[in-house]
Amino acid sequence: MARITLKNLKHAYMPNPVNDEDWALKELNLDWDDGGAYALLGPSGCGKTTLLNLISGLLTPSHGSILFDDHDVTRLPPEQRKIAQVFQFPVVYDTMTVYDNLAFPLRNRGVDETTVNKRVLEVAEMNDLTATLGNRASGLTADGKQKISLGRGLVRTDVNAILFDEPLTVIDPHLKFQLRSKLKELHTRVPNTMIYVTHDQTEAITFADKVVVMNVGEVVQVGTPKELFEEPHHTFVGHFIGSPGMNVLACEVKNGHAYIAGKKIATANKAVAKAGKSEIGVRPEFVKFARQGLEARVVKVSDAGRFSVVETDSAGGRVRLLVEEGGAIPSETARLEFDPAATRIYSNGWLAGREGRP
Amino acid sequence: MNKTVNQKAWFFVAPVLILVAFNAIVPLMTVVNYSVQETFGDNVFFWAGLRWFEEILRSPRFHDALGRQLFFTGTILAIEIPLGVIIALAMPRKGPWVSVCLVLMAMPLLIPWNVVGAMWNIFGLPEIGLLGKTLNTIGFDYNYTRQPGDAWFTLILMDVWHWTSLVVLLAYAGLVSIPDAYYQAARIDGASSWAIFRYIQLPKMKRVLTIAVLLRFMDSFNIYTEPSVLTGGGPGNSTTLLSLDLVKIALGQFDLGPAAAMSLIYFLVILLFSWIFYTVMTRGEEQ
Repeated sequence: MARITLKNLKHAYMPNPVNDEDWALKELNLDWDDGGAYALLGPSGCGKTTLLNLISGLLTPSHGSILFDDHDVTRLPPEQRKIAQVFQFPVVYDTMTVYDNLAFPLRNRGVDETTVNKRVLEVAEMNDLTATLGNRASGLTADGKQKISLGRGLVRTDVNAILFDEPLTVIDPHLKFQLRSKLKELHTRVPNTMIYVTHDQTEAITFADKVVVMNVGEVVQVGTPKELFEEPHHTFVGHFIGSPGMNVLACEVKNGHAYIAGKKIATANKAVAKAGKSEIGVRPEFVKFARQGLEARVVKVSDAGRFSVVETDSAGGRVRLLVEEGGAIPSETARLEFDPAATRIYSNGWLAGREGRP
Repeated sequence: MNKTVNQKAWFFVAPVLILVAFNAIVPLMTVVNYSVQETFGDNVFFWAGLRWFEEILRSPRFHDALGRQLFFTGTILAIEIPLGVIIALAMPRKGPWVSVCLVLMAMPLLIPWNVVGAMWNIFGLPEIGLLGKTLNTIGFDYNYTRQPGDAWFTLILMDVWHWTSLVVLLAYAGLVSIPDAYYQAARIDGASSWAIFRYIQLPKMKRVLTIAVLLRFMDSFNIYTEPSVLTGGGPGNSTTLLSLDLVKIALGQFDLGPAAAMSLIYFLVILLFSWIFYTVMTRGEEQ
């Protein structure tokens, strides 16, 4: 168990990176507390697996350092870093039984058989594998195999962190939920630092205490699921988290205030007066129909169960809002009111006044 | 679902049936026919029953040839399979050298078999051959046309040179199909290189290696061209393998009956070994 610190970490797969785009992972600084449950969330190709492999030691960073409890592990190979990793596709040793699979990491480290036996039985019990211990691992289903991969990480007592690389990708939908709850439950029983890579916001939010949102090789925001929802630091976070995502409207900034088609919109933050593309971000949850406000035209209504998602066109662009079941929906033109506490100005994508990397 | 009866289908299947009949069934049946009869020429045949089979099975000449054959096949399998796996493991998985290695490996397989025999025949000549001359120069008394040991050495070396690359290519195909995640997981689990080989690479290569062993077994049991060109079965009978012996009986002595009986026994031996091996290797995979 350890606190993980990433200092000025950067990585490029090519030998001599010049441009910004050459870096698979742009410079980042992060601190991960011991025993925390973290998620790395982002679309495919955003660098989250690269970051994970840097932490596990499967890759060596081009720049910067990685510390486990103030101990520099940047140049150490994976076997010396004391980490466990669960991969996207389940890895089991086909010719071995479930028992031998779980015992494998311990036997490789020369642990005596009595301890091996004790640990394997414990971990098998935690992962619901006790009944299949004597079976050949190759005969198991995908979720059973993934439990073995996980078990091989849990069986070791020296593990600093357990890393998950989209572990539920090949699992059937109805088992995903079960396995996700299992992971959550395991985290309460085993106080290991766990880092979970995924592109699925539901997985990230249900698993993690803190979510690290990434996009094109950089970290956009680190926060609790609540923070990410309530105060996105970047329009990308607003889009990527929440369903439907945050509305982003083109606006003009004068004296720090936002105007759409000449109409002033009350916002929670003031833009530092400077030229550049500015936008207003507001989540559909904080928009409602009103007598006053931004003029808009209803274009589409889709039923989403307890509420309807209404799409409208305004001078700033498309605005989605949620209307509860039975709520009135104007037929043609309407006016929209934004909750000022949840409406923010973004310039060049970043929350105004907070520009730059976290 | 109802099956529709369509007699026209026979028309489409017929060419294949005819082809198979003429290149496999009819010749095989002719051999069966010969094996139970005796002829003194002029196409006059007499019924011989199982006499030829009994004769062949009891004859020391057949026993010796079969023994030599088993020794040859056993030896080349024991060398080519491990050697092929070792070479495949040493080959690069990525980069420009991959194609270079693959082309080099494929080279011996592309050479016509009688050319392979001729090459080694010259290569081994003690007076002018590179191998023969070199060995004699550094002090070995090497002469494959006169000493049985040297003949065997050359024969096995030639087969290893010719066919190990087949095993290499098959094993390599098995190796590159292993996803990276297996190696990564093994590193994280702290597995040694031996453990990686034993628990990841070998199990993943099992299928292709089964095929490699089967192919090499059948091919080496049938081998004729190369030893026939290299040693012609000599010196004496020391390298007369089953196929060479068979040709001597059939075409040298024109004993069609015994030759046919021997062919059938020969065929059954290969079938039996292949079947046993395949059953043993694939047993337990259904579980």
